[in-house]
Amino acid sequence: MTTAVKEAEDRLLLSGNEAVARAAWEAGVKVATSYPGTPATEILEAIALYPNLHAQFSVNEKVAMEVAIGAAMSGVRALCSMKHVGMNVAADAFMTYTLTGTKGGLVIVVADDVGLSSSQNEQDSRYWGRFGHMPMLEPADSQEAYEMTKAAFEISERFATPVILRATTRVCHVKAVAVVGERVEGPKAEFVPEAARWVMVPGNARNRLPLMAARDVALKAFTEETGLNRIDEGSDRRVGFVTSGPVATTLREVFPDAPIFKLGFSCPLPIERLRAFAATVDTLVVAEETEPLIEMEMKAAGIAVRGKEILPRFGELLPHVVGPAVRPLLGIAEPPAPAAPAKLFPRPPTLCPACPHLAVYHTLARLRKKVVIAGDIGCYSLGAGHPWGALDTCVSMGASMGVALGMDKARDEDDRDKAVLAVIGDSTFLHMGMQGLLDITYTGGNVTVLLMDNGTTGMTGGQNHPANGRDLKGAPAPKVDFARLVTALGVAPERVHVVDPYQLPVLDRTLRQEIATPGPSVIITNRPCTLIEAFERHQPYHTDEDACTGCGKCIDIGCPAISVARRETAVRKNGREVELAFARIDTAVCTGCGMCVNVCASEAIVRDETAAKEDCRP
Amino acid sequence: MSITNILVAGTGGQGVMTAAEILALAALAHGYDVKKTEVAGMAQRGGVVTSHLRFGEKVLSPVIPAGEADVLLAFEAAEALRCCHELRPAGVILVNTLRLAPPVVSTGLFAYPDDPIASLRATGRTVYAFDAGAIARELGEIKLINTVMLGAISDHLPFPQDELKERIVARFRDRKPELAEANARAFDMGRAQARAAA
Repeated sequence: MTTAVKEAEDRLLLSGNEAVARAAWEAGVKVATSYPGTPATEILEAIALYPNLHAQFSVNEKVAMEVAIGAAMSGVRALCSMKHVGMNVAADAFMTYTLTGTKGGLVIVVADDVGLSSSQNEQDSRYWGRFGHMPMLEPADSQEAYEMTKAAFEISERFATPVILRATTRVCHVKAVAVVGERVEGPKAEFVPEAARWVMVPGNARNRLPLMAARDVALKAFTEETGLNRIDEGSDRRVGFVTSGPVATTLREVFPDAPIFKLGFSCPLPIERLRAFAATVDTLVVAEETEPLIEMEMKAAGIAVRGKEILPRFGELLPHVVGPAVRPLLGIAEPPAPAAPAKLFPRPPTLCPACPHLAVYHTLARLRKKVVIAGDIGCYSLGAGHPWGALDTCVSMGASMGVALGMDKARDEDDRDKAVLAVIGDSTFLHMGMQGLLDITYTGGNVTVLLMDNGTTGMTGGQNHPANGRDLKGAPAPKVDFARLVTALGVAPERVHVVDPYQLPVLDRTLRQEIATPGPSVIITNRPCTLIEAFERHQPYHTDEDACTGCGKCIDIGCPAISVARRETAVRKNGREVELAFARIDTAVCTGCGMCVNVCASEAIVRDETAAKEDCRP
Repeated sequence: MSITNILVAGTGGQGVMTAAEILALAALAHGYDVKKTEVAGMAQRGGVVTSHLRFGEKVLSPVIPAGEADVLLAFEAAEALRCCHELRPAGVILVNTLRLAPPVVSTGLFAYPDDPIASLRATGRTVYAFDAGAIARELGEIKLINTVMLGAISDHLPFPQDELKERIVARFRDRKPELAEANARAFDMGRAQARAAA
């Protein structure tokens, strides 16, 4: 928790991510790597602003991990950060590097998205510490994120092991006061060849196993003595808590007088200290996000605790969750519940005005009965929502390729009435989609791939990647040509099309032609994300009310700039009643992309000539 | 130990997080302990955004406990209604009367409430409702909305309103003096909409 407030000039308002970055820089980190992913993205973005180190977003977390490992093998300090699901990708590398042990300090920062603000699952990364025999630190706020990052490098070098710093969204994205220091440079890189250590063939790896076991013993002794594990005293000994991470702040808020054993160094557990603490309270509650990991290990050690039978197994342990779960143990009556929230329309996230993905999903929605659409991870996962409903699966990074191929291979000859499509973004394709496409071409899969190249890693806020021609800092960089890349991966050149998605009729025609032809094909859309510099803003459009016939076709695109001005019921000449929806374009958000002009037969969508002004927002 | 709890609400892209950040920096400069947290998933994509800001001598949880927000600064009328239950019964609501209908409303799947401001008043809390967009347009620039909103909350903070004003104006003073002047006026006009003495 935040230390005593100091004088203003020493105090910075830092997110947990910024605090990790600051501490890593001060700790002398020479190489920092990552792949963007909420809630970890800003760690690398913040590190990249500091001097005297190399920072990079790699194509995926496995490569990022290997780059960090190479640096650490050379004796310098390295940091690799990622979101929780990134650990699955990187695990192949660190599960062996934990066996070789590290030379320079290696800290793996993993950010768990407890509560699923922007992820496909809610896995608990604390298992990796146990699985990989690696120590784990868990900060509660920005000040601790700063202090524990520094401690993690020291522990990493002292025990020659990679160390995991596990944060959660409620640490990464919370801004809090932190007091910081200055950088201390580390040693120069020098790789010392030592095959028995660095070449993990079975004969060598076998010899490392007893060394890792000895390290486990040393870490067990360390966890019993380190100040990172501490008791926040409390006078009411009826209920005590064991916890880690930001839950500690919640518990202190809700139960001001409860004794709390706060695990900063949570793997391996300080079982003997926990046993002693348990003896000082009547009832011990383990409050952990999210799985019952500490609870199970304490119970296995014969310590009586309450845990997931009173607390939820998923989601954040916020005040309104912990309070009602624990107050009955104290015999405290539940305070009257606050009034229920008003019943209102939902406001789900949606694609932006002029987003090139709008064109793709508008087109796919029209082909809905003819296609199965395997999706992927990115803004374009929103294609599953209203009004498009044009996405059938979303599993993991790059999975659209393999899933589509599996669907194609699973079906019989008489079961081919629908085409199989895979929809993937540029950054995701580079991350893990290329391999799947190679599988499609190698096995002759009947899959049409829509590679939506918007020139950025959009969902996480617009990071550069190897196919947009700019490096992390925006400087010119080598640029992969997607059309040539997919051709090299085995797609026939005549089956590769680069299409301007704003030209809806062209996109529609190309798509229909490709799904009707057997064999792998790739359609690349080439308009940039509207939130990056490469996007060109034009004078907005507005609707000519006299010309609008209320056909509603522009509304069907799903552009948030277009809404229904009014509805009418009309009777056609043949006597049929039709619902008419007259459109209004919000000129404050329209960027003049012209996508909707494509579908307006009555030419009611015309340019608005009001000039835009410079940005005056604070 | 008294903690001030401020809830800032709106939709993705309206500047909720920036407004909360400016408030947080002003509170920090005043010497408080500060924590700020967002409940925002894919908020950049037009969804609901709420920012919790807590400051005082020592802040524990970054999340405002249910029903304990002191002030709600809402950038959109229905979003004020969506989260007003998180306020204390005597809480203050500063709300922009803007009505932003998402696609699920404009396409007819759901209805937008007829009079969200009346519903807010019906909760018994003090409500200051004003058209921040109209004020900004009057000043010649719609993008001044955020500064109007910050002006509106400035008399409902436990530190002098000038400290908040200075944080905003200082952002422009050197780079673009004319924008410093415009922001100062927007701040004052927002403040006039929600004077505590009113």
